[in-house]
Amino acid sequence: MTDPVTFYDVPVQSRLLLGTARYPTPEILKESITQSQAEIITVSLRRESATKRHGQDFWGMIQQMGKHILPNTAGCHSVKEAVTTAHMAREVFQTDWIKLELIGDNDTLQPDVFGLVEAAKILCAEGFKVFPYTTDDLIVAERLLAVGCCVLMPWGAPIGSGRGLNDPYSLRTMRAYFPNIPLVVDAGIGLPSHAAQAMELGYDAILLNTAVAKSGDPVVMATAFAKAIEAGRQAYLANPMEMLDMAAPSTPVIGKAFDV
Amino acid sequence: MKLIINGETENHDVQTLAELLAYAQYTESTIATAVNGEFVPKEDREGCHLSDGDQIEILAPMQGG
Repeated sequence: MTDPVTFYDVPVQSRLLLGTARYPTPEILKESITQSQAEIITVSLRRESATKRHGQDFWGMIQQMGKHILPNTAGCHSVKEAVTTAHMAREVFQTDWIKLELIGDNDTLQPDVFGLVEAAKILCAEGFKVFPYTTDDLIVAERLLAVGCCVLMPWGAPIGSGRGLNDPYSLRTMRAYFPNIPLVVDAGIGLPSHAAQAMELGYDAILLNTAVAKSGDPVVMATAFAKAIEAGRQAYLANPMEMLDMAAPSTPVIGKAFDV
Repeated sequence: MKLIINGETENHDVQTLAELLAYAQYTESTIATAVNGEFVPKEDREGCHLSDGDQIEILAPMQGG
């Protein structure tokens, strides 16, 4: 079944966007990407060691995999830092795509949504295709769309926490409020069932990293997430039954023996 | 002159950012650069004159989530 999701006019079949950090080895990272079937992978920019040049090896491996690259601005705490990092990422990775992260608090890694909107406005005006890491606040989301974002990426829970969907109600509301905007749950996913839950709510895709990378077997976990996300998507398309407060017998009552 | 390169203070006898990168053997590397918080595109490195105390960032692709 062909059921692509489209980000900024780029259709992809896989609804899993996978991060590349914190894997035990480069080989496990590579195999995890392969087994996840992800077509979009996230990367970052960091200071290059003058002697070891780890970045060059990593980039060489990633380039060979032929994936869509989504650079991030992880760790940026100001609009200026985020915008400058985006400029640098565009030159290095040769893409207008940018996962815009602007951190407001070091403990929760909660996005600074005020700075986020400001940075998104600058970058969209410069032709960037911005994927904003945001909260489930609808008004912030509207502001992001107004300045030119065509994708929204609300958090499920704090980055790296693995808690799943902290507020399914708000995520469901967001889905209903923006029926035609690609929505990606980004951050906080810990288990395949969390990802399936988000997909069952009608989310278009899931972005995750730590849940795969820090599992006991990242390659197997990557496979599990791919299956869960596909299952959740199919369940959403199949229009799940309504939840009831009371029991309803599944076996027909009519014709039952021994009834008087 | 003293330059702060990726957070480390170093002494270099260079005039431009391009000279510094050549001296440090970054010429063949996939990197992006900034000076004093401002992005310096590849094509501008030759004309980017450095001054004592400049803060230089040399960034490369890295794992990210």
